Amino acid sequence: MNYIQFFDMRPEVALLAVYLILFMYDLVSAGRYRRLFHPLACMLATAMVAVTLSDRSTFTLFGGMYESNAMIVFMKAVLAFGSLLAILQAHKWLRSEHTFYKQGEFYILLLSTLVGMYFMLSARHFLLLFIGIELASLPLACLVAFDKYRHNSAEAGIKYILTSMFSSAMMLYGISFLYGTTGSLYFTDMVQHITGAPMQIFAFVMFFAGLGFKISLVPFHLWTADSYQGAPTTVTAYLSVISKGAAVFTLFIVLIKVFAPMIEEWQTVIYITIVASITIANLMAIKQHFLKRFMAFSSISQAGYIMLAVIGGQADGMTAMVFYLVVYMVANMAVFAVIESIEWKIRGAVRRETCNGLYRTNPKLTLVMTLALFSLAGIPPFAGFFSKFFVFMSAFSAGFCVLVFIALINTVISLYYYLLIVKAMYMMPNEEPVPAFKCDPYIRIELILCVAGIILLGVCSFVYSGIDSISFGM
Amino acid sequence: MNILLLFVIIPAVMLLALWGSRNLRQTRAVMVAGSTLLLALSVYLTVDFISMRSAGESAPMLYTASWSWYEPLNICLSIGVDGISVAMLLLSSIIVFTGTFASWRLKPMTKEFFLWYTLLSAGVYGFFISTDLFTMFMFYETALIPMYLLIGVWGSGRKEYSAMKLTLMLMGGSAFLLMGILGIYFGSGATTMDINEIAALNNIPAEMQYIFFPLTFIGFGVLGALFPFHTWSPDGHACAPTSVSMLHAGVLMKLGGYGCFRIAMYLLPQAANDLAWIFIILTTISVVYGALSAISQTDLKYINAYSSVSHCGLVLFAILMMTRTACTGAILQMLSHGLMTALFFALIGMIYGRTHTRDIRQMRGLMKIMPFLAVGYVIAGLANLGLPGFSGFIAEMTVFVGAFSVNDTFHRVVTVIACTSIVITAVYILRVVGRILYGEPENEEHKKLTDATWDERFTVICLVICVAALGIAPMWVSDLIGTGVGDVLSNIIE
Repeated sequence: MNYIQFFDMRPEVALLAVYLILFMYDLVSAGRYRRLFHPLACMLATAMVAVTLSDRSTFTLFGGMYESNAMIVFMKAVLAFGSLLAILQAHKWLRSEHTFYKQGEFYILLLSTLVGMYFMLSARHFLLLFIGIELASLPLACLVAFDKYRHNSAEAGIKYILTSMFSSAMMLYGISFLYGTTGSLYFTDMVQHITGAPMQIFAFVMFFAGLGFKISLVPFHLWTADSYQGAPTTVTAYLSVISKGAAVFTLFIVLIKVFAPMIEEWQTVIYITIVASITIANLMAIKQHFLKRFMAFSSISQAGYIMLAVIGGQADGMTAMVFYLVVYMVANMAVFAVIESIEWKIRGAVRRETCNGLYRTNPKLTLVMTLALFSLAGIPPFAGFFSKFFVFMSAFSAGFCVLVFIALINTVISLYYYLLIVKAMYMMPNEEPVPAFKCDPYIRIELILCVAGIILLGVCSFVYSGIDSISFGM
Repeated sequence: MNILLLFVIIPAVMLLALWGSRNLRQTRAVMVAGSTLLLALSVYLTVDFISMRSAGESAPMLYTASWSWYEPLNICLSIGVDGISVAMLLLSSIIVFTGTFASWRLKPMTKEFFLWYTLLSAGVYGFFISTDLFTMFMFYETALIPMYLLIGVWGSGRKEYSAMKLTLMLMGGSAFLLMGILGIYFGSGATTMDINEIAALNNIPAEMQYIFFPLTFIGFGVLGALFPFHTWSPDGHACAPTSVSMLHAGVLMKLGGYGCFRIAMYLLPQAANDLAWIFIILTTISVVYGALSAISQTDLKYINAYSSVSHCGLVLFAILMMTRTACTGAILQMLSHGLMTALFFALIGMIYGRTHTRDIRQMRGLMKIMPFLAVGYVIAGLANLGLPGFSGFIAEMTVFVGAFSVNDTFHRVVTVIACTSIVITAVYILRVVGRILYGEPENEEHKKLTDATWDERFTVICLVICVAALGIAPMWVSDLIGTGVGDVLSNIIE
């Protein structure tokens, strides 16, 4: 074995370096150096994104277990950037009384999940894939329960870890069937033996259920609302965007690399889950009063829209999906950052009624929230419109006209509940609105990055073209 | 630098300037400067366009330009105008200009109001200049969403309900529309989304046309107040602030008619020919039912909103007749109704601002109290019921003559039915005029009211001049839109 190969995995090496530096710093720093911890983490994360983006090489390692190409590296950079946004958002929370002493743990756990996701993306062997998924899930459970003194957080952690383990077990069961029918765990070998036999369909459904939990598609979504609501807001944001993004991407890769011969079977399965996810989540979201819970259902329905890009199994779907993930990431992170800011101001959970009259006291924050919600709803000229349009286009070109129509009708429903929040902020009267306040500086940086993304990603087409030029490599 | 791009660039600059403006004075300055500039630009464009046409330019679209935007998906930023779009641009900039003055004293949050107002107008301008399906759809939706905030925050009455109803119904329409657009693009197998090139290919299979024509037509028809999808319109107009009603009834509803003509019928000609009868029946219902509903209303804005349903129904009715005269009449009706209804809503807003009621049973003898506004109202009313000399007469005449000239029983019968709306219009207009303007003032409070201020007078005079100009000298409009209507129609009628 040639150990120098390890250095080809530049994103992972960069991540490992950041990981180790932060770990050492956590051990040795004390006193006022402690205050530099957060800026250091942010700078290192930025450097990590830059290093990841600079990598463009295509290669496989370990006898084909690990693959890297421009698309995968780009996706890793997206995930790293999302983590950077989450770290920025965490500043005030990490400075608070209960979390201050375990600040280091937050970074370490966060980066551990990121390592897991990197391996999920690059894995071309089911065992490596499984290890990646586990590595991405377990630390996340710790993060969800990070505020362990809060009853909700601990409960959310338990719910997350139990469903996560359950889904992993199902996935492992599915993988074992796949191994039994194909005799290999390498993607490249397996695809030659996939015929769509009943046992393989069963295996696929099990595997899909496992990943469906991570993506939180209906009917595997039941943990989502409670975990999202209970987890610290930063972690919720991370969970709803980065963890979901990695799982969707992985699913797409497995579908086209392994299950390609049984495309008709898996398209049927995904068809049903899309319709169920979008419709049920949209209807449930209308009834939610807690914003984080509301965002949980919104994210389930958004996952349904992302799956529209997957169902065609084509290269333009890959482009549309990655673009959607990027746009969804900036918009969703912006919403959660606003929620977190308000939470710190009112010292409690944010309800829809809390937002009443917010515009009169905090116009800028409200405007950011409005832009982000409009982007999530798919209103032009914001980026969400473009990403939704492209997703619809890719599904339509694959021949799923009726599905696109159902999804389109659902966008109207989703617009309704996004507008409910806009209505609360601008129109509803409130005797005691949230007083005017200034956001944490790190959150402000995050919001600026997100708003720039929301406005520019759609109008400047080069991001899409860039993704498109590398998606054919898959 | 293409002159058409200025129609999007100027509003974009205005948005930035408004964002930076510090006080009311600066906000007003930006709005007046921007909307005047846009008005001047569209007048210049009209004059230039007519002179180019008379010099023998026969290309279907002038000032065309195209930039690749999303290359992998064949999406371009293609712009170009024919006579119809030039006329619509002129109409839009007149309404935006007068709307600025109509909301001169609007409070609170004037700056935010104008921000959304400008975004709305940017969407409208963008829609009329673009010739690419994607870009058109994008601008179309951009024009819709600011309505929610404009009505919900600055409106009156049941504003939250109306704003939500309007937004959701229009967005539902645009969901249909998006299906239609995707169907057109993939059905034609084109490597471009440019409508002229898709129309030139003309190879969408008939069975696909039968599916996607109704979707597209209804998608635009919702905005054009097509029965039974018109129910957002009365509530929305009644609750919107003055200038938003003006812009919405005056321009936004025209987007529907324009889209039906330019996209649905132009690109799906065979289905348009075969399925037109369904929509002719629906639009006939719109025309008559809208007018009848207006009779029974007591709220001034509701009366005018139902009247808009009737008149916009006439636009769709005319284009479905597919004769050159009728379609010319449709475009004239769009212009005429846009100006008249803007005048109406402006006056209603001004009267409401004084009397604080829009109920016609509570007003009497306004002619003695506010003669300027009352005379303006009479003029608007007479124009609306089609008095010769005003724009309404020309438009309705052309529509009905064109419609009746179609040589079969069905078309003639529906034309006769639709013609009854002229009489009904006279009923509800004269009823209102007689009720609120004449007689002796009864309410003591009303006797203390004052007449129009300078900004209100300016708005009214501008619009009255436009309505009269269109009525007295309609020929230049016919010159302007003749080629455009001919080109689109020649594609529809094989």
